[in-house]
Amino acid sequence: MLDVPADVVANTWLSSDYNVLSLASPGIASVARPGQFVMVKPVGGLDPLLRRPFSIFEILRDEDGEPTGISLLNKRVGTGTSLLFAARVGDVVPTLGPLGRPFEPVDPPAEAWMVAGGVGLAPFATLAEALAARGTATTLFYGARTGDDLYYRHLFEDLGVALVLATEDGSTGARGFITGPLTGALERRPADRPVVVYACGPTPMMRAVADLGARARRDVFVSLEPVMGCGMGGCYSCVVPVRRDGGSHYVRSCLDGPVFDAASLVWDTLPSGGH
Amino acid sequence: MADLSVQIGSLRLRNPLIAASGCFGYGVEYAEAVDLATLGGVAVKGLFLAEREGHAPPRIVETPAGMLNAIGLQGIGVHRFVAEKLPELRRRGATTIVNVCGSTIDEYCEVSRVLSDAEGVAAIELNISCPNIKEGGIQFGCSLVGTHDVVSAVRKVTSLPVIPKLTPNVTDVASFARAAKEAGADAVSLVNTFLAMAIDVETRRPKLSNGVGGLSGPAIRPIAVRMVWECFQAVDLPIIGMGGIATVQDALEFVIAGASAVQVGTANFVQPLLWGDLLAGVEEYLDRHGLARLQDLVGTLDLGPGRTQWIAS
Repeated sequence: MLDVPADVVANTWLSSDYNVLSLASPGIASVARPGQFVMVKPVGGLDPLLRRPFSIFEILRDEDGEPTGISLLNKRVGTGTSLLFAARVGDVVPTLGPLGRPFEPVDPPAEAWMVAGGVGLAPFATLAEALAARGTATTLFYGARTGDDLYYRHLFEDLGVALVLATEDGSTGARGFITGPLTGALERRPADRPVVVYACGPTPMMRAVADLGARARRDVFVSLEPVMGCGMGGCYSCVVPVRRDGGSHYVRSCLDGPVFDAASLVWDTLPSGGH
Repeated sequence: MADLSVQIGSLRLRNPLIAASGCFGYGVEYAEAVDLATLGGVAVKGLFLAEREGHAPPRIVETPAGMLNAIGLQGIGVHRFVAEKLPELRRRGATTIVNVCGSTIDEYCEVSRVLSDAEGVAAIELNISCPNIKEGGIQFGCSLVGTHDVVSAVRKVTSLPVIPKLTPNVTDVASFARAAKEAGADAVSLVNTFLAMAIDVETRRPKLSNGVGGLSGPAIRPIAVRMVWECFQAVDLPIIGMGGIATVQDALEFVIAGASAVQVGTANFVQPLLWGDLLAGVEEYLDRHGLARLQDLVGTLDLGPGRTQWIAS
């Protein structure tokens, strides 16, 4: 775990709401594992006061393949994310990490199905790399509002990931939520062909994926994005309810997550998410 | 180099910088990032006898230069703390101050007894000031009689230093410091958070699930400094000051107002590695001002010529 004053080396605006912020941070990049997150401070001042949690999107590398930094997939919603949307090359963004429990990439012969909704694409670039390195056949189920909101498809295609797309307006891929195509794929999958499902996106989407996985008797791992105060286990603000002793028990998603076995969560009382 | 140590009753701190309760987990969460032995003390999260689940999320909300929290004292209970956390704190050389909670005076006493029998507890900070739970705590901290009764009861069951943590949600905090001293406290710590509220105007609902919560962070610092100064004038008892400390200057302000040591809470969320810089900054200040001991700075507020007493409005 490092706290580095990371230089903004690029800020790529994808739309009027989405951007990818590239931060020089070789120390974090070289030890980060798929699905881990960083806590970043949008500006040096006191408003907003706290850092924000972000999944590490890409590991940036030089020509020799050495890690040089990380990128963050940001969606402008509040004060902090708006400041990160407007960041300029040369700005310094205090970046703390890597933090949290990572995804465990599955090995062949099992397949990996990644299910992303909107900005929930973020943790899957690093997971796709880890899966490709293992030779695990991987599919990305990726849903967004419109076709224009489906980003970085080439990144996944270049890693040999099969893409299944859905948009709410039907402009690209299937019309509706990404859980539609996922439902069919799970039903068609023979029981003797193992698959592990990884999901990140809006809480209702992740819950739907958890239900589909449970029905199909497939393991589902979700990456949650609750409001976090510190990311270090100090504040107890990012708790999520997990099953324990027939009841529900709050655990800190910064330490016990952000990746959870979907079957361990009490979805009825799960908070609906942070940024 | 100046002497930074602090003596509070039988409690000796190697320096005045303490991680504030509720802002540093049980300390062990930070042990890989921060050398706990270099801190003056680690005030761990408030403990009842039994485990507690705390409030439903959302538990925090940001406000300008501050944050509201209503965690609800989620915790593992004193027995699990002693079994699961204290050994590591001891091994890491932490000066462990345990924040003790209770719904009744008996519970405060029982938790304190358990801690007194355990190895490696340096002091007890009595939480009589959490604004976020219905039972216990603040019902004692907002009453002079209640404060006196809890402190004197715990005083009888432990030889550990007893440090009641005072709430700022009273009209005259100095009278509570006085009550604490009369009841046998070794020091007081102040301030806990200010009871506060934030509302989502679109939904007209409170932003915290608990409705109200405690305000902390730089926003409250000037009020906390004033309260430390009032207590320093009112009572001859060591004070551990806190409330929005994020920089060296902030910490020094509290010391000059009368604090023998300080706690850092909310700022630790933003800068978990701030301790080394804070300590170096305090040392640099003392050297630059020709002070051989930190304690020579405590309560040295200069009111200016002809002013010997601060006049309350």
